[in-house]
Amino acid sequence: MENRDVVIIGGGPAGLAAALELKKGGIDDILIIEREKQLGGILRQCIHDGFGLTRFGQTLSGPEYAQRFIDEVLAMGIEAMTNATVIDLSGDKVVTAATPKGLIQVQAKAVILTMGCRERTRGALAIPGTRPSGIYNAGVAQSYMNLFNTMVGREVIIMGSGDIGLIMARRMTLEGAHVKAVFEVLPYPSGLPRNIEQCLHDYGIPLYLSHSVCEIMGDKRITGVKVVEVDSAMRPIPGTEKVFSCDTLILSVGLIPENELSLAAGVELDWRTKGAVVDENLQTNVPGIFAAGNVLHVHDLVDFVSLEAEALAKGAAAYLKEGPLEKCAIEVGMDAGIGHIIPHRVSGTKDFQISLRVRKPVGKCTIMVKQGETVIASLSLPKAIPAEMIQFPVKAEKILTGERIEVSVHVK
Amino acid sequence: MLSKRTFTCIVCPNGCTIETVCADGAVKSVTGQKCKRGEEYVTQELIDPRRTIATTVKVHGAPWPLCSVRLNRAIPKKDIFRVMDAINKVELQAPVHIGQVVIANVCGLDSDVIATKELPAKE
Ligand SMILES: Cc1cc2nc3c(=O)[nH]c(=O)nc-3n(C[C@H](O)[C@H](O)[C@H](O)COP(=O)(O)OP(=O)(O)OC[C@H]3O[C@@H](n4cnc5c(N)ncnc54)[C@H](O)[C@@H]3O)c2cc1C
Ligand code: SF4
Repeated sequence: MENRDVVIIGGGPAGLAAALELKKGGIDDILIIEREKQLGGILRQCIHDGFGLTRFGQTLSGPEYAQRFIDEVLAMGIEAMTNATVIDLSGDKVVTAATPKGLIQVQAKAVILTMGCRERTRGALAIPGTRPSGIYNAGVAQSYMNLFNTMVGREVIIMGSGDIGLIMARRMTLEGAHVKAVFEVLPYPSGLPRNIEQCLHDYGIPLYLSHSVCEIMGDKRITGVKVVEVDSAMRPIPGTEKVFSCDTLILSVGLIPENELSLAAGVELDWRTKGAVVDENLQTNVPGIFAAGNVLHVHDLVDFVSLEAEALAKGAAAYLKEGPLEKCAIEVGMDAGIGHIIPHRVSGTKDFQISLRVRKPVGKCTIMVKQGETVIASLSLPKAIPAEMIQFPVKAEKILTGERIEVSVHVK
Repeated sequence: MLSKRTFTCIVCPNGCTIETVCADGAVKSVTGQKCKRGEEYVTQELIDPRRTIATTVKVHGAPWPLCSVRLNRAIPKKDIFRVMDAINKVELQAPVHIGQVVIANVCGLDSDVIATKELPAKE
């Protein structure tokens, strides 16, 4: 069996940024394992611009953003194995991958999980009706159109207002499709306001909030959907059903971190994020296994993914050079206003970054980080929405006790 | 005549809500933006809304059938579909490099269509 200092599983933006930062931190024996034929992850199909604004001060498309990291990885001589899928990871960090040359096994000192996420599917949502063709996840439709030159349909309905669905509404309109409407079951959109503006409003595509697709029609190919308005408890309101004809239904109903491998290695998951429970170093409960990017919690901005992976690399490099990292015994909890939070545990002796999402949209508010009655950090915002990840630093010098840290949202 | 309009700034992910007040065609006030780029955006938006677009073009002799492209400068919103038509007429031959000009000065709008993907020639 081959031995390596670090194996990075997944060559998307998180994996690439982690590799570069490890290399710069003096770790040389790195192997990136990537399932696809090329590096770059999901960015290869995200051809619209808007990437890299914080990092490069310039708005790039997804492939351009990824290429900058790929070029650097190659220039620094970091080894990347493509067309190779990791099929097993053990708790003692043996990585098994299926490659065109057969199975390989690598014993790693540290493993970086950067496998990204996958889309929720309709099966999981259980809409009644037939199961005709013409129904696609937004990301799958994106890959068909942007990578494989296959137009998915002409008369399109989009279910869910996630960012990928909004981006696809514009993309299909540009290619001549008629996107009739976007239906969102929640009373607010799940995508970013700028995408509502530039992908829907710009093209006159209506967004119906508090509307659910309740039936799918069609025999071989989808011919239409029935939608219904829902009340504040998300119950259908009788008598509000309407039928919309279509030949394509795009689902944009959320992403789930891809964590089958993590589970196999005994990594503990958080039921809220569906990603690993991590400490301030982004280390999981298994010493030497770290996670960042969409596999840890779903990001909407790749700039933050790169930053998170770089922070991870600092912890992982310390682990490799100095041995086990300091124990993180202080738990980080949250109130009902917050949907999820990273990290879950901290040492109290190191500055760290909090990443969170609020559970529902609120106006002017303050996010408070407290130990008992002592405020150790806070952030005031003009508004907060679940579509936007909120990040801010916490200084170790403010943490004076080993008491649990509580994070809460206070609406003004 | 006072006219008020509300915008969502699309320049960065913050998506600030910006309120403008205009009187007799002149901008009187712009509020709500977190940075100067928001003010520039709404001022432009009030007189001549512009956008960039991204799409794909067919490519021959590469391992993949498509190359992604985008505009390097925003064009008037009303010209978007005219530019799409122009882009859809183009086909490329591999190799293609990031930043390569695919159509210079597309439709005479002072914006270039540039490639955004590295596509090597197939061996
Ligand atoms: C469809 C879609 C569209 C998006 N659009 C945008 C956007 O427009 N703008 C934006 O800022 N963000 C967008 N995002 C968010 C995007 O996820 C992040 O910006 C970023 O790509 C996440 O990086 P990552 O490295 O964590 O994951 P990914 O980019 O998903 O990379 C994960 C990589 O791991 C590989 N992998 C997974 N499992 C294995 C395995 N077992 N063995 C080997 N390799 C494996 C995958 O093939 C992939 O290359 C989008 C996400 C999705 C899913
Ligand atoms: S005003 Fe500035 S901060 Fe606000 S969305 Fe526009 S560019 Fe971003």
